[in-house]
Amino acid sequence: MDALHILAKLGIFAAMLVTLTAAVMVVTLRNIFHCALALILVLLGVAAAYISLKAEFFAVIQILLYVGAIMTLVIFAIMLTSRIGDKTILQNNRQGLISFALLGLFNVFFTGAVLKTSWNLNPAAMAANVDAGVLGAAFMNEYVFPFEIISVVLIVALVGAIILGRADQ
Amino acid sequence: MNAIPLSYYVVFSGLLFSIGLYGVLVRRNVIGILMSIELIVNAANINLVAFSRYVAVKPETGQIFAAFVIVLAAAAAAVGLAIVLCVYRNRRTIYSDEINLLKF
Repeated sequence: MDALHILAKLGIFAAMLVTLTAAVMVVTLRNIFHCALALILVLLGVAAAYISLKAEFFAVIQILLYVGAIMTLVIFAIMLTSRIGDKTILQNNRQGLISFALLGLFNVFFTGAVLKTSWNLNPAAMAANVDAGVLGAAFMNEYVFPFEIISVVLIVALVGAIILGRADQ
Repeated sequence: MNAIPLSYYVVFSGLLFSIGLYGVLVRRNVIGILMSIELIVNAANINLVAFSRYVAVKPETGQIFAAFVIVLAAAAAAVGLAIVLCVYRNRRTIYSDEINLLKF
């Protein structure tokens, strides 16, 4: 194990730590606009995790689509609806403690189960180089039917969003 | 070959999922709930990509599922935020416990 390997490992752990910290900020901060900014940091951290899994195409898609498109939409919605300056409004309901306890319990058991499992690793998949060309070929051959269905779902959802969001005449 | 073992990714996405579920459960702001749902979707996506990298029979399968998940999350965000705007226009609130018109 050389120095570069250890450095890569530390980098991935640091990215995960930043991501989880920002995720906690998303669900706890009082100002909803600050939550949106923290969510951008989470999405960038997830893109870093994709790069560490050698899925560079998805890292780029994540940044373009989530950070570029969806977060713009979310920030627009925040600007149009909430009274950001108002600090007196309670942002959380009173179920915080029991939710935290139950999810903490879930995580203890889940982490224990995951760390005890011996995964059936596939060396061919670990060595494979999945680039945009491979994904495109798979979309156009094996997965062409789901690809068409998802296109229809997307266009229906976008038309529905426009109809719901437009102002009344 | 891969820098860290698979189980670390699974634990990481489990933590991210729990934080997102906590947000869904405790947030009053509907936009906050939608952002927590984005956290949950991202946790699932990390799992899909990680399993396709480590254990999949065909290495591209999980990434294709992740692509479908991203498209559906984008559609859900667009429709969800349109509904939030619609509710705000009619009820002047985006706090989930104040949207109680259907409660008897």
